[in-house]
Amino acid sequence: MSEPILQLSGVHTNIAQYQVLHGVDLTVPRGGVTMLLGRNGAGKTTTLRTIMGLWRARAGEVLFDGDPIQRLAPPQIARRGIGFVPEDMGIFADLTVEENLILGAVSGPIRQDRLDWVFDAFPALATFWKMPAGNLSGGQKQMLAIARAVIEERGLYLIDEPSKGLAPAIIATMAKALKDLKTAGATILMVEQNFSLARALGDHAAVMDEGRIVWTGAMADLAGDSALQESLMGLKVETA
Amino acid sequence: MVRLFLSGDGPQSRILGAILLLILFCLAFAPFLFPGTRSLETAARICIFIVLVASYDLLLGYAGIVSFAHTMFFGLGAYGVAITTQRMGTSYESLILGTMAGAGIAAVLALVIALFSLRVRAIFFAMITLAVASAVAVLVSQLSAITGGEDGMNIRIPRELTPAFRPFDEPVLGVRFSGRHLNYYLVFFTCLILFLGMLRIVNSPFGRVLQAIRENAFRAEAIGYRVIWYRVTATILSAVVAALAGSVFAVWLRYVGPATTLGVEIMLDILLIVVIGGMGTMYGAVVGTAIFVLAQNYLKDWMGGASDAVGFMPLLPDLLSPDRWLMWLGILFILSVYFFPTGIVGRLRGVT
Repeated sequence: MSEPILQLSGVHTNIAQYQVLHGVDLTVPRGGVTMLLGRNGAGKTTTLRTIMGLWRARAGEVLFDGDPIQRLAPPQIARRGIGFVPEDMGIFADLTVEENLILGAVSGPIRQDRLDWVFDAFPALATFWKMPAGNLSGGQKQMLAIARAVIEERGLYLIDEPSKGLAPAIIATMAKALKDLKTAGATILMVEQNFSLARALGDHAAVMDEGRIVWTGAMADLAGDSALQESLMGLKVETA
Repeated sequence: MVRLFLSGDGPQSRILGAILLLILFCLAFAPFLFPGTRSLETAARICIFIVLVASYDLLLGYAGIVSFAHTMFFGLGAYGVAITTQRMGTSYESLILGTMAGAGIAAVLALVIALFSLRVRAIFFAMITLAVASAVAVLVSQLSAITGGEDGMNIRIPRELTPAFRPFDEPVLGVRFSGRHLNYYLVFFTCLILFLGMLRIVNSPFGRVLQAIRENAFRAEAIGYRVIWYRVTATILSAVVAALAGSVFAVWLRYVGPATTLGVEIMLDILLIVVIGGMGTMYGAVVGTAIFVLAQNYLKDWMGGASDAVGFMPLLPDLLSPDRWLMWLGILFILSVYFFPTGIVGRLRGVT
């Protein structure tokens, strides 16, 4: 088995005086989608933000591609090849769709094949190419946020609750795009509360509770065991 | 071609385009359209303040950084020319050297202030700029052996730029052309080049990142941009352009003093013009400066005329008395901020 792309060992993170992560151990294998699941307040978003360097880990180690990154600044981490899609549709509202995507391509001009892929996955972005991103709908903003992260090929994509507050039709479009990205060989670590989406996309799963990883395994195992889901996340999911 | 000059950032509104063209036309032909010393002074002041305000807009409107030291950089440029010409004598070389020295010192000072303060929080930058600007203003007043103190310094410029120089024997388009007019065109073209240069900067990838940082610095960091580097560079660029504008101002006025370049009133004027014109638009500096400087220079006259016209009515002549011009200027600003919250340019571009 190849070396994992991301490995967190004993990561502790504080936000002001509050300790949020109490020793997170997480391994993200290369290729495929790892879902980070758990109840609200379990520490999922903090984990992603700690990986990105937006919250500094107080203790522990974050290895990306074998190198420790926990002491690096966010721009350095991003330029090492980690794309981040925050949960609040983190687009730049005053800039146009085009400018948002240009900003996403940090290492140079946008590659045409990448742009074609983005337009194919999210046709709305081509339609509103010159429009200020602030004028887009919620779903389009989320598409733009994802597109901005994937406009350049990166080793790992961190995606925080992409389906939050979106209509089912938009979620389906987004799920298809993420599936295509996965098929193309990308590695994604994704936080998701929508279990149906998590089940549809995830290959691996890690469940968090009270700032720790309490379960890891194949997504299929978690999806097929409703008792486990209920004990880990308090979920009662109808099997489709 | 025009788009190339404007770096692809056109007015995006016919009315705005027409206003900008009118201002450009009036400034380009000011010596012929509005003969007279006072109108030429006003036109030159508009040119210089457009650059000064646009350089502040680069900082405030594009990078989201509040500074109170912009007049300090403006003054550094002006004093750079004054001190150099006084020491080295009157020549074009000393003018250029003084301009470069002023811009260089402004760049170094901006770098030091930015590195010390922007690393923490933007608000500290505002506070530090206020402190440094006050300290520099006091120093300039105290070091009278170098700066002329409160009296300021007269600047001797090459004869070709003074009213005594007559390049043509015959009037040109009805105007007796002098070195003063040459000096005006030096001001006009320098300011035009500096303005177009800034338009290029804000429409470059660098300018785009600045706008992203203004909107959300954390987000820009997470994408991969070193926010501190961009903020420091914007501060230096803005300071250098302000210093260059100061040098041009000094050459035009042939005088520099604390009140003409370092005064708090000038800083307030810059802030008002940016807000009235429209932040983060560059063209806001053009429209805002034109309106503001014209109002500052001519509102008194216009009110005198209006007061006379309504002399037969009760109360109105008193209200429109030229002595009350500052009150009406204030009302004008309040109304413009109320009706144009995104500035005149923002409103004309359809942004609400």
